[in-house]
Amino acid sequence: MVDSITVLYGQTFAYTFYVVAIMLLMLWFSYKVTRDGKSKEIKPALFYSFVGFLVVIGVSLHIATHYTIPWKSLDLERAEITPDKIFDISAADHQFKLPAEKLSMKVNEKVLFNVTSEDLTYGFGIFRQDNSMVFQMQVIPGHKNDVLWQFAKPGIYSIRSTEYSGWKGVNMILRDVVEVTE
Amino acid sequence: MSIKETFMNGEEGLFKPNSLTPMQKLTLRFVVVGLIYYAFAVIEGMMMRIYEVTPIAAIGDEQFFAIMTAHPLVGIFGSTYSIVFGAFLFLVPFLMKKPLWSIKLGNWTLWLIAIGTFIFWFSGFISHYSPLYTLYWPLPADFSQFSVWGGTFFILGIALVMVGTAFFVVNVFKTITYTPEGWEKQPAGALIKSALGLSGFRNLFSKKKKEHLVSLPVAAIARGTVDTALNAGIILFTGVLILVYMVAELFGTSLKHSAVDALLYKNWFWWGLDLIADGLVLIFVAGTWYLLATMITGKKLFMENIARAALFVEMVVSWTVWSHHLMSDQAQPGILKILSGEMVTAFELITQGLAFFITLVTLWSGRPLKMTNPLKFLLGGLLGFALAVPAGIMQADLGLNRILHNTQWIVGPHVHVAILVGLTMTLYSAIYILLPILTNGAKLYSQKLADFHFWTHLLGGIGMGAFMGMAGLNGMLRRTVYSNGEFAPYMILAALSGALLLVGFLAFFYNIVMTVGLNGVIGIFMPAKLKTKDLLPS
Repeated sequence: MVDSITVLYGQTFAYTFYVVAIMLLMLWFSYKVTRDGKSKEIKPALFYSFVGFLVVIGVSLHIATHYTIPWKSLDLERAEITPDKIFDISAADHQFKLPAEKLSMKVNEKVLFNVTSEDLTYGFGIFRQDNSMVFQMQVIPGHKNDVLWQFAKPGIYSIRSTEYSGWKGVNMILRDVVEVTE
Repeated sequence: MSIKETFMNGEEGLFKPNSLTPMQKLTLRFVVVGLIYYAFAVIEGMMMRIYEVTPIAAIGDEQFFAIMTAHPLVGIFGSTYSIVFGAFLFLVPFLMKKPLWSIKLGNWTLWLIAIGTFIFWFSGFISHYSPLYTLYWPLPADFSQFSVWGGTFFILGIALVMVGTAFFVVNVFKTITYTPEGWEKQPAGALIKSALGLSGFRNLFSKKKKEHLVSLPVAAIARGTVDTALNAGIILFTGVLILVYMVAELFGTSLKHSAVDALLYKNWFWWGLDLIADGLVLIFVAGTWYLLATMITGKKLFMENIARAALFVEMVVSWTVWSHHLMSDQAQPGILKILSGEMVTAFELITQGLAFFITLVTLWSGRPLKMTNPLKFLLGGLLGFALAVPAGIMQADLGLNRILHNTQWIVGPHVHVAILVGLTMTLYSAIYILLPILTNGAKLYSQKLADFHFWTHLLGGIGMGAFMGMAGLNGMLRRTVYSNGEFAPYMILAALSGALLLVGFLAFFYNIVMTVGLNGVIGIFMPAKLKTKDLLPS
C-alpha cells in the first residue's frame, strides 16, 4: 500500500497550486476593477459553466480519492476483510494499554487495531520517528473503534492520542512501540 | 486639533454622540463590545501562539487549555455575534424601511451576550475549566480534571449568551413581520415565506411568479437566523444536560457518564455546532457580500434569483453536513460519512463558489471602482473564503481525513483563514461602509492606518494559516502541547504572523478611537437624548 506521506505530497502540491492561482486571480481582479474599460456584460452561460465546473470538482475529488487512496476502500470494507493480525488495545485514565510490549508486524500485512476506551473520548494515531502522522482515528467510549492498515515501509513507530482528553492527556504517548519489518 | 483633543473628541470633533438615535447607539454599542472581545481573542491567540513555540511556565498546560477553550467561544460569541447581531438589528429595519420591533429587546441581547461572555471567559480563566468548545462526552462532566463550580459558571455564561441569541432571533423575525403603528396591516405570513425563501422556491415551479416581498440581504439574514435559532437550541439543551451532572455532583451524587451515549451526543452536538460553521456563517457572509457589492457599485446584483435559491440550498445543506466532523469515528455509519460527510459537504463548494462569483461579477459591472476601505476589505474577505472552503472540502474526504483530522491543517488553512481572513475582513468591510451612516458623518482619523491594518491583517491571517497548515501536514496535532520544539520553525513563523494580526488590530482600534474620541465612546453608552424609533435622525 502507498505510504500516507506520498498522498500528503500530492495534496500539498495540488493545494499550493490552487492557492497561487486564486491569489493571482484576485490580484488581477483588484487591479482591473479600479481601471476604466468596457465592461462586457457577463453572460449567464459563463455562470452556469462555472456552476458545472464546481459540481465536477466537488464530486470528482471524492471519486478520485476512492480509487487512488487505498485505505479509503479498505476502511469502508474492513468488516468483510480478514486481517492478518489483530491488536486489541484499551485506553483508560489517559493511558494506553497494549497487548504486548511491542506490536510487531510486516510490511503490507493487513493489521487491525481495535481500540476501546473505558472512560473518555481519546484518539489513536501512529507516528513516524520524525513526528509525522501515518494515520489516526477517534476512540469513543462504549463503541467499537477499529482501523485496518497496511504499513508501506519498515520502521519503528510511536502511538499517540490524537484527541484532547483534558490537560492530563498531553503525554499520552507510547514511543517506539510499533515495529514494522520487511 | 492636537492629538490629545482628537483623542478626547474625535477627528475634527465631528462625532456627536448626542445626535445619535437609540438605534444608532444600540448598533454602535454592539460594535464596541464586539471589538473589545476581538481584542480578548487576539491577545489569547497570541498567548497560545507563544506557548506552541515553547511551553512557558508562566502559563502552564492547564491555563493553556483553558485559553484554548475560551478563545474560539469569545471570538465567535463575544466578538462576531456582537458585531453581526448589531449590524443586522440595524440593517433589517433599514432595508425594510420600518423601525426595529423592539430596541429594548436589542439592548437585552447586547448585555446578555456581553455579560455571558465575560462570565464564561472569567470562570474558565480562574478555574481552568477546559473541555474545549467541542465538549466531547464525558469530558465536560469529568470532575477528576475540572472544577464543578468553574464548569457551572462556564455553562451559565454560555446559557446567557444563548438566551441573548434567542432574543435576537425573535427581534429579527418580528421586525420582518410586524405592522408598525399607523401602518397598513402587513402580510406577516407572506413576508415570512418570502424571507425564508418558500415563495421564491414556489416561483421556480409556478407560471405565476410572485414578487419578492423582502430584499435579498434580508432573506439571507432570515435564513441564517433560522440556523442561529437551531444552534442556540442545541447548545442550550447540551448545557442543561451538563448542568444536571454538575448540580448532582455539587449535591454529592456522581451520575454515571455511560447514561449518555458518547457517539449520539457527538452527532447531535456537531449537528448544532455546524449550524454556526457551515450554516449561519456562510449564509450571513454571502448575504453581506451581496449587500456590500450592491452598496459599493450602486448596481443590481448579478443573477439575483439564483443567489436567492442558493441561499435556500445553503440553509438545507447546513442541516445535513455535520458528519464531516465524524469521519474518523469508526462507529459512525459509513453511509453517513459518504452522503453527509463527503457529498453534501461538497455542495458548500458550490454554494460558496456561486456567492463568490456573483459578488465578483457585480463588482465588475460597476467598473471603474475606487479602491475604498469597504472594497479592499471585501476583496480580502472573498479571498479568505476562496482559500478556506476548498481546504475544508479536502479534509472532508474519507481518504484525506484519515491523515489530516485533528492536525494543525484543520485549524490553520481552514478554520483560521475562514474566520480571520474570510469572515473578519467581511465584517471590517461592513464596519467601514456603515461607519458614516451610524455616526452621522464622523471622519476617519487616518487612511494610512486603515491601509496598514488591511495589509497586516491580510498577510498575518494568511501567513498564520499557511504555517499552521505546513506543520499539520508534517503531523503536528491541534490540541496538544509539544515540549521539545518538534515543530518550532513553523510555530515561530505562525507566531510572527499572529503578531502582525495583533499589530494590525491595535492600529485599527486606535484609528477608530481617534475617529470618534474617548468622549464619543463613553457617549455611545449613555442614554440617547433623541426619543425616536427612527433609525437615523430626521
